[in-house]
Amino acid sequence: MTVNQISIFIENKKGTLIKVLGVLKDAGIQLITTTIADTVEYGIFRIICDRPADAYEALMGAGIPAVLSEVFAIELDNRPGSAADTIAIFAEAGIGINYLYSFLLAGQGIMVFSTDEAQKASEVITSNGLKSLRSDMLSRMAE
Amino acid sequence: MNKKYSDFFNPEMETMTRPQIEKLQLERLQATVAHCMNSPFYKKRFEDNGISPSDIKTLDDLRKIPFTTKQDLRDTYPFGIASAPLDRCVRLHSSSGTTGNPTVILHTQKDLDEWANAVARCLWMVGCRPGDVFQNTSGYGMFTGGLGFQYGAERVGMLTVPAAAGNTKRQLKFFTDFGTTVVHAIPSYATRMFEVMEEEGIDPRRDTRLKTLVIGAEPHSDEQRRRIEQMLGVKAYNSFGMSEMCGPGVAFECREQNGMHIWEDYYIVEIVDPETLEPVPDGELGELVLTTLDREAMPLLRYRTRDLTRVLPGKCPCGREHKRLDRMQGRSDDMIILKGVNIFPIQIEQVLMKFKELGGNYLITLETLESNDEMTVEVELDQLFTDSFGRLQALEKKIARELHDEILVTPKVRLVPRGTLPVSEGKAVRVKDLRKKF
Repeated sequence: MTVNQISIFIENKKGTLIKVLGVLKDAGIQLITTTIADTVEYGIFRIICDRPADAYEALMGAGIPAVLSEVFAIELDNRPGSAADTIAIFAEAGIGINYLYSFLLAGQGIMVFSTDEAQKASEVITSNGLKSLRSDMLSRMAE
Repeated sequence: MNKKYSDFFNPEMETMTRPQIEKLQLERLQATVAHCMNSPFYKKRFEDNGISPSDIKTLDDLRKIPFTTKQDLRDTYPFGIASAPLDRCVRLHSSSGTTGNPTVILHTQKDLDEWANAVARCLWMVGCRPGDVFQNTSGYGMFTGGLGFQYGAERVGMLTVPAAAGNTKRQLKFFTDFGTTVVHAIPSYATRMFEVMEEEGIDPRRDTRLKTLVIGAEPHSDEQRRRIEQMLGVKAYNSFGMSEMCGPGVAFECREQNGMHIWEDYYIVEIVDPETLEPVPDGELGELVLTTLDREAMPLLRYRTRDLTRVLPGKCPCGREHKRLDRMQGRSDDMIILKGVNIFPIQIEQVLMKFKELGGNYLITLETLESNDEMTVEVELDQLFTDSFGRLQALEKKIARELHDEILVTPKVRLVPRGTLPVSEGKAVRVKDLRKKF
């Protein structure tokens, strides 16, 4: 069970964010969460939204190269240490994490991560009874 | 004369003193300028500038004559600059014309004879003699490195192997079967031949009779030359030529391997500042300007070669007083010179084109960082194929590596989003030179 995420390659320059967000606004896309990872030279703008396929089409149509990828979104218990406990499970299984971010949605802590070992991660999620979310589940929570 | 026992192919010309050279040059210059009045182009140019052949009384008077440029050759394409009627010409060579009209150079039989003599003189100077086996790996046809060396090597009296370009294994078979002793090759191909020798288990020192390599036509450093000599167990000599000046045989290193003697009985050498067009003193870098002194079909007066070089001061221990040119340092037009390496933007473009992830827009920036000249290549990422920084950086590294293979310096590569570089409106700005000038 994974979530569709859109990634956009952006220049570290004034006006680039508004261009991307404007395209999504015009397409009537509702954002659920966004994050920007930046280096000195460029950034990657990652977006989770309600209609990822439509958002992807709109961006490509506006000449903004984007890539759709699948990431895991895990529901966390709202208590101190739950992130550490969850990550520990993946670490023990020897699963590498490319990047990770988290956010609150409807009062619920959600941790998003990307890994090259998706199959193995799915197995770990199932065998440990972790709550992994799909795009449509996130959309419903955001309503 | 038994040439086998002389160090000179043409002792009379090669041992002239400076005053003798200058006397001969003035005679030949005056004859050439008079002959140029048969050329519609030069006749008009002299009239337009209010000069006549009788104004050329000293060598310094050469400077009264305007420069001839490659554009002039294009504008008069194909035969408008010729000074001899076409029915006296026996051959033409033409450039590829990738950047405009091609240029055409015509030759009479006497021109071809003198060209062969000039190349023979060069080859003789580096020790080629009858009994040697000369293999030419140049393309034949319009490219002057083929036929130019062919006739020169025959004039020396060597057994010639016109192998032409490519098919490296066959080249190596000729080496071993025919006992090749002298090879003409561009430096990169000499290196390639050595690599194939290694693959085939051929030891050049043990299995071949190779002793002399003639290289040129491709920018290379002295270090590269030494490496080639080391690999193949030969002496490698640098050469300079250009089709406008016949082709190979214009200037050639002697056995001292310290600068290329330019034959001043055939050419008058000027080195000028490419901006002011004023002459620069010996030892200083400038653009090479050549005037032909014995051509019939197509003499050229003060031709701007666009090649940057210098005249090496001092006398050469070999005894020849013909001036020595340094290695070509680059071009005064669109060529980039970085760390002594000559780079064409087109070379960079061709490498970038091979990556399907990249778009067509790119920008080359040259800048001085901590007194080091560096190149940055920015190129637009056309398709986002990953959302991982690691993979983007790996792509940058791969591009940098492939660029290095092509241009011999390692640039910094920066991927940028599509649409962020200046769009090509007509002629896009591809090169920004922000280097500190000295």
